[in-house]
Amino acid sequence: MLEVKDLEVYYGAIHAVKGISLKVDDGQIVTLIGSNGAGKSTTLHTISGLIKPKSGSISFDGQELVGVPAHDIVGRGLVQVPEGRHVFSNMSVMENLDMGAYLRNDKDGIARDKEKVFELFPRLFERKGQMAGTLSGGEQQMLAMGRALMSRPRVLLLDEPSMGLAPLLVKEIFSIIKTINDEGTTVLLVEQNANMALSIADHAYVLETGRIVLSGTAAELAASEAVRKAYLGG
Amino acid sequence: MDSGFMHQLLQQLINGLSLGSIYALIALGYTMIYGILKLINFAHGDIYMVGAYIGYVCTTIFHLPFLPSLLIAMAGSAVVGMIIERIAYRPMRNAPRIAILITAIGVSFFLENGMILLASPQPRTFSSEFSASVYHMGGLVINSQQIIILISTVVLMLALTYIVNRTKMGKAMRAVSFDADAARLMGINIDRVIGMTFALGSALAAAGGVLVGVYYNSIDPLMGMAPGIKAFVAAVLGGIGIIPGAMVGGIILGIVEALVSGFISSTFRDAAAFAILILILLYKPQGLFGKNVREKV
Repeated sequence: MLEVKDLEVYYGAIHAVKGISLKVDDGQIVTLIGSNGAGKSTTLHTISGLIKPKSGSISFDGQELVGVPAHDIVGRGLVQVPEGRHVFSNMSVMENLDMGAYLRNDKDGIARDKEKVFELFPRLFERKGQMAGTLSGGEQQMLAMGRALMSRPRVLLLDEPSMGLAPLLVKEIFSIIKTINDEGTTVLLVEQNANMALSIADHAYVLETGRIVLSGTAAELAASEAVRKAYLGG
Repeated sequence: MDSGFMHQLLQQLINGLSLGSIYALIALGYTMIYGILKLINFAHGDIYMVGAYIGYVCTTIFHLPFLPSLLIAMAGSAVVGMIIERIAYRPMRNAPRIAILITAIGVSFFLENGMILLASPQPRTFSSEFSASVYHMGGLVINSQQIIILISTVVLMLALTYIVNRTKMGKAMRAVSFDADAARLMGINIDRVIGMTFALGSALAAAGGVLVGVYYNSIDPLMGMAPGIKAFVAAVLGGIGIIPGAMVGGIILGIVEALVSGFISSTFRDAAAFAILILILLYKPQGLFGKNVREKV
């Protein structure tokens, strides 16, 4: 469904992504793991159209995404939850969800999807009138995810959803990612927390300094000696 | 307190309120464009001038009534604002801030001198149909133009507040000004939102221009320079980037200027505006409505 081929991306003078190829099939959770600075977020930003690649192709349902503006990519069903949440702090929880539904005009559908988001994240319902800037880190992560779901994505791109959260919250967030996937949304997950990522993913890629050094099913990688040593703490 | 003083005070408050409304209308555009692009659009005062000229053409050459003239001037200037953004600022979006600032000054010169070429440097007077009827209320003098200015400003501000807070485009503007990349990830076409912001800001400035044309009955190609800078002071006073701040900042500035010219001397009027700028930058640089933004991670 989503296929990245020989992607080369420069961040100014830095060669951040050096020929990455990866594939996400319909209904899967695919994870990109690796340490800080490996090029994971750059890859996601390039898929989302926020950065233009030097070369390579990104195809989504057979259509080329390179050169398509970021807002059109959202319209095609590929939505990113950025690292560090980036909720609109100056707007209420409700308004943030409205922004997520920016491209939609079906009032009833939007209202129904808000209900769904609140089912998934009951804590957001309790805070629906509150300014997003006053939420805790975990609640902001939930809001960022709920906001992305409001556009009815076919593929959800998640960038470091566990960042800065307490272990219990991380667990909660990951079980929700699993639920979202079970309900039919394909997920591409970028994570430093390799343990958690591999526990819910179908397929995984390991990135090191802009290159894919390992790939396989999540179970294979979790069992691999190299991955265990480098990313799983033993 | 003797009644002569009270009289004078109230009279100056009325004058200040109408002058301040004009500043507020211009300041709104400054603050909206700054909010979304972090650009001090130094050409904004000249858009106000362009609006005044379109208003002049409508009222004095085509003899249109006030309201259609006002709307045509607003629409025309909105288009001019969008064209300027498209041609001059958009290609500079990723350039260093100083380069865009210089571009804005260039656009300002272009508009001023372009209008001198087009309409001659001579001041023009609005048609006499708009000369004032004067009302005396308990000894206070209010003229019909001041009433038109106040009503127009209130209506425009209410409309703007509605657009920004309630409509989809307004919400998109707030989203883009808060975090442009996150806005793009919502599917918002930020180029279109930025264009709309220029259109709205320019339309408000144009309304100010037409109102001033009607009020002072004289316009010229360089009329935007001083009010442009004053409105910038008003925007900073209220907290640049904050819409209610620009409204209040403009009104305060107008009232202070009127009081200074009424009670001290009108030659000190401009000095008062800049004294306010210096004081606000020294003691509350974020402006009256500004907050120190703290973000939670």
